[in-house]
Amino acid sequence: MSETETASFPPFNGYVTVSKDASIGMITLRGALNSKGLGLAVGKSLPKERCILDAKDMQVAWMSPDELMVLCPKENVANLEADFQKSLGSQHALVSDVSDARAVFTLKGTNVREVVAKLAPVDMAPGHFGTGEMRRTRFGQIAAAFWMTADDEVKIICFRSVAQYMYQQLCVCAARGSELDLWT
Amino acid sequence: MSTRLSSGGRLIDTSKPISFTFNGKSLKGYEGDTLASALLANDQMLMGRSFKYHRPRGVVSSGAEEPNALVNLGKGGKFEPNQRATTTELFEGLQATSQNHWPSLEFDIGAINSKLSRFLPAGFYYKMFIHPRPLWKHVYEPFIRQSAGLGQAPSAKDSSTYEHFYAFYDIAIIGGGLAGLQAARVAGASGKRVLLMEQTAHWGGRAQIDEEMVDGVPVDKFVDDTVAHLQSLPNVTLRTRMMGAGIYDHGYLLGYERLSDHVPDAAGPRHRLWRIRVGHIITATGAIERPLSFAENDKPGVVLASALRDYLIGYGVSLGDRTVVVTNNDDAYLTAIAVKNAGLDVPAIIDARQGGAGELGEKARALGIRVETGKGIARVLGGKRVTGVQICAQVGEGAPLEEIPCDCVAMSGGWSPVVHLWSHCGGKLYWDAENVMFRPDVQNYPIGYDGNTFVAVVGAANGHLALDAAIKDACDQTASLAGVSNPPELPSVASRQDALIEAVWMMPAGAGIKLRSKAWLDFQNDVKVSDLQLAAQEGFESVEHAKRYTTLGMATDQGKLSNINGLATLAGALNADIPAVGTTTFRPPYTPISMGAIAGHSRDEVFQPIRQTPMHKWHEAKGAYMEPVGYWRRPYCYPRGGETHAQAVEREINQTRSSLGLLDASTLGKLVVKGPDAGKFLDMLYTNMMSTLKPGKCRYGLMCSENGFLMDDGVVARIDEDTFLCHTTSGGADRIHAHMEEWLQTEWWDWKVYVVNLTEQLAQVAVVGPNARRALEKLGGMDVSKEALAFMEWKDGTLGGFDARVYRISFSGELSYEIAVLAGQGLAFWNALLEAGEEFGVTPYGTEALHVMRAEKGFIMIGDETDGTVIPQDLGLQWAISKKKEDFLGKRAQERSHMVDPDRWRLVGLETTDGSVLPDGAYAVGEGKNANGQKNTIGRVTSTYYSPTLKRGIAMGLVQNGPERMGEVIVFPKTDGTEVTAKIVDQVFYDKEGDKQDV
Repeated sequence: MSETETASFPPFNGYVTVSKDASIGMITLRGALNSKGLGLAVGKSLPKERCILDAKDMQVAWMSPDELMVLCPKENVANLEADFQKSLGSQHALVSDVSDARAVFTLKGTNVREVVAKLAPVDMAPGHFGTGEMRRTRFGQIAAAFWMTADDEVKIICFRSVAQYMYQQLCVCAARGSELDLWT
Repeated sequence: MSTRLSSGGRLIDTSKPISFTFNGKSLKGYEGDTLASALLANDQMLMGRSFKYHRPRGVVSSGAEEPNALVNLGKGGKFEPNQRATTTELFEGLQATSQNHWPSLEFDIGAINSKLSRFLPAGFYYKMFIHPRPLWKHVYEPFIRQSAGLGQAPSAKDSSTYEHFYAFYDIAIIGGGLAGLQAARVAGASGKRVLLMEQTAHWGGRAQIDEEMVDGVPVDKFVDDTVAHLQSLPNVTLRTRMMGAGIYDHGYLLGYERLSDHVPDAAGPRHRLWRIRVGHIITATGAIERPLSFAENDKPGVVLASALRDYLIGYGVSLGDRTVVVTNNDDAYLTAIAVKNAGLDVPAIIDARQGGAGELGEKARALGIRVETGKGIARVLGGKRVTGVQICAQVGEGAPLEEIPCDCVAMSGGWSPVVHLWSHCGGKLYWDAENVMFRPDVQNYPIGYDGNTFVAVVGAANGHLALDAAIKDACDQTASLAGVSNPPELPSVASRQDALIEAVWMMPAGAGIKLRSKAWLDFQNDVKVSDLQLAAQEGFESVEHAKRYTTLGMATDQGKLSNINGLATLAGALNADIPAVGTTTFRPPYTPISMGAIAGHSRDEVFQPIRQTPMHKWHEAKGAYMEPVGYWRRPYCYPRGGETHAQAVEREINQTRSSLGLLDASTLGKLVVKGPDAGKFLDMLYTNMMSTLKPGKCRYGLMCSENGFLMDDGVVARIDEDTFLCHTTSGGADRIHAHMEEWLQTEWWDWKVYVVNLTEQLAQVAVVGPNARRALEKLGGMDVSKEALAFMEWKDGTLGGFDARVYRISFSGELSYEIAVLAGQGLAFWNALLEAGEEFGVTPYGTEALHVMRAEKGFIMIGDETDGTVIPQDLGLQWAISKKKEDFLGKRAQERSHMVDPDRWRLVGLETTDGSVLPDGAYAVGEGKNANGQKNTIGRVTSTYYSPTLKRGIAMGLVQNGPERMGEVIVFPKTDGTEVTAKIVDQVFYDKEGDKQDV
């Protein structure tokens, strides 16, 4: 993360911590969601509806009935993009690097579920959302998507132009004293 | 006098004294007190003044239904008006002041209205202030505004924080009395996810006051044990101080949690609004006691019988040494018995029923209490306090039979189930004449997604006023909807034989106008029995009309006490049955909720999202004046030193036109459209032909709605055979993306096209001015010469080491390159351009310079030249409308008669004859007048600026037959009464041939 980034997004120690990640690689894939279509590109297995799965050196998230998002180290984007294009051949599909369009945040702490539930209309109760799931939703007034990497860690992505708003509202909702302690 | 007793007080902790102030006076209370109970303990019976007549008022209830005891609470950033003393928990340092009086609570000038009350009947304001009309605005309204209103508006910013919380449950139970607790026990046993909420700080509801033993143990122990059991269940969530505020479609429920009203200095939010999706909602909200309508029933010291028990047993507070109980049902006898047992005097129970009470009547008589049946109160005596009552025959006209001195009157007109939540989402009610109450009509329920009800009403809220029946109802209904076949056993409770209630809507039944005009229905809004009768007499037969005419039930308590008495009175006046008159509609929220809770966390810096480009912080650091463009903030101009905005804009334009300017154009929409059918798709979306565009080339395009109106414009670049990049306006990116997806998903779902919005992936900079090429050449990299990259072409390459896509397009009329780089490199690229441009005196310019320069060139701007009613033909853009295409969105609409009318206002340039700048939006007037006697208009200004290039005002406008009237002078009246004349000219003021951009 650059200096200006750190100045704008200092790690916040509320009752869960809020931090902004260094940008990661993201590739949007649109095409047929089957083993001959996008499955061919990302390697056979496809995530189920509203799910995210680990594939070789990347994660693949379900975005819509004809869209996937691939998450990977940023330095791998160009090669992966070329690989995808190659395996898709002349199929009707769209592959696009969107790494720079996004900002990524991490929430960490035993109460992460609560902080998400203050901003997103999602059932965050244990057993109703967990690792392996990916949800496109909104946080406050902006579009966002999130997934859990562990029971105490949430990754959130939003558009880069509203990163400041996302950061600030996460901090407001993670402020100490606002705990519900519903699920701990 | 009202005072604290030495014993009693189930809800308070006398080992924890608390000090607070009322109107600056320092007072003492205990932990567990409400503000109302603490005020009463300090003999502060007078708590406020009524809204219209400024009558002295004391507390009448002990809960959320309180109409009278409203106070201003707190100071500065914690100030809030209209807080009910009965639901305000006492805390150390609480500051309350009374409302709606001047100069003081004890002596109020406005009380003169009470003396004038016979001149201020229902509808007075409507009748009095309608004529003469001009007096309303200048005399009546300012006067009424000054005297009206409860409480004061806060003057300081709210210093508390608020938040929302999204929750999901299978079953949500509202109300933590015994019925609600029983429902939770049953639902908890089902394993389903259960939420139980209680609006007060205590579980157990009325049973904590009215019962002694439940299930063989003291009631408080029974409640504690039940709560402990529920807390041990992992599937049950319990929340106190949380009110079920509203029920909405699709199992949506709002819970209003008051976290720190009772500990205002605690960290964290003050209120939390729970936005809950629920499978089933169970309301166990109990019932509210009704007042009786007798003369002077609003005097401080006249309270609901149940409230008196609450104060006595719950808080150890006596409202007076001698209490007269007046009733039409058995329940109020409990109050007489409780008062007597506390060692205080009950001179009489006045029971309107000839037959009197059941077993409680025997009990009262056994305690030596005098019981008068078939009697009523003719009038309450006293000024700011009750001093006695006149009793009379209930069936008579109110001739006093006897005066009984007393300092408190406990009244009960029966109980109304709290059916509000059932009604919020369409549940209907039926009138139970035997029990004199509206009850939920289970045949007409709030309809859920599956056609079945999603709300169940249990316990007293369902009309089961007796405790044993209430908990059985809660158990049975919950077991059935939660699918519990073996519900936990019901606790054993005392049951009793009551005599039936008798409806009493006026006491005495034959009261004359003098008594009726002093018998209050709505205490807060000062609506009396006589007002409802007058409304009926004047033809307001519908309960909704009568409500608005008299303001019955329109105060902050929303008629919780007055509603049923009011409509029964109306029914009486109309000679109609109560069910025929019906009720007004109960609407959410159940009691007022704070504005802060509704806003949640969205305040201050997160009031709304502000979109920032990659160069945003640089603009801010340079002191740019920012303006909103959609959710973006864009630099309007960059003032330097003491420059005004106008001076800054002029400098930015002159420097750009003479040498070099930079514009942050990152906000432009950038949509990639790809697929074998992409060309065909864009041919349908744009008015011009896009499929013939060659890869490497750019074309300006117009997009219309299917009604033919211009909705967006921008430059389309063809990337390869299958791929196009469509630029949209800054505000239009998301809207046009959605527009494309909608057509692809709903109409042309079989076309092979994908769209991805890359607006945020790329930063874009316009490098503009005669030195633009030299600056880029200085950066080094790709060939940007005219030969390598001609006007309206694009190329990929590198510039100064940045991967870039360079478009030769111009919105200013100058030599111009728009360069896209990855957003993450946007700021670095911007800085590199500034460095390379330094020797050319490079100047960043803002949106206003952009606007002026495009207007000098005669380019239209979506939102200025268009307003949703303008078609491309109006703007002289026929050249961009393909005649070869069979169809495109808007084509047929543009052929409609009105669209081809030669009289449509069309785009021209306008030059004021005196060189001044035309006012924005000004209308040109023509000959004659229209049907309303206004001058006919023949055109209007759409864009108007001072042009630094031409050193005069320039404008564009839409003018009737404009293009045919070149050279004519038309007149624009101004708002100051003067007018300005302007000559119709070509709208291209600068470089009409386009030589400068094509070099």
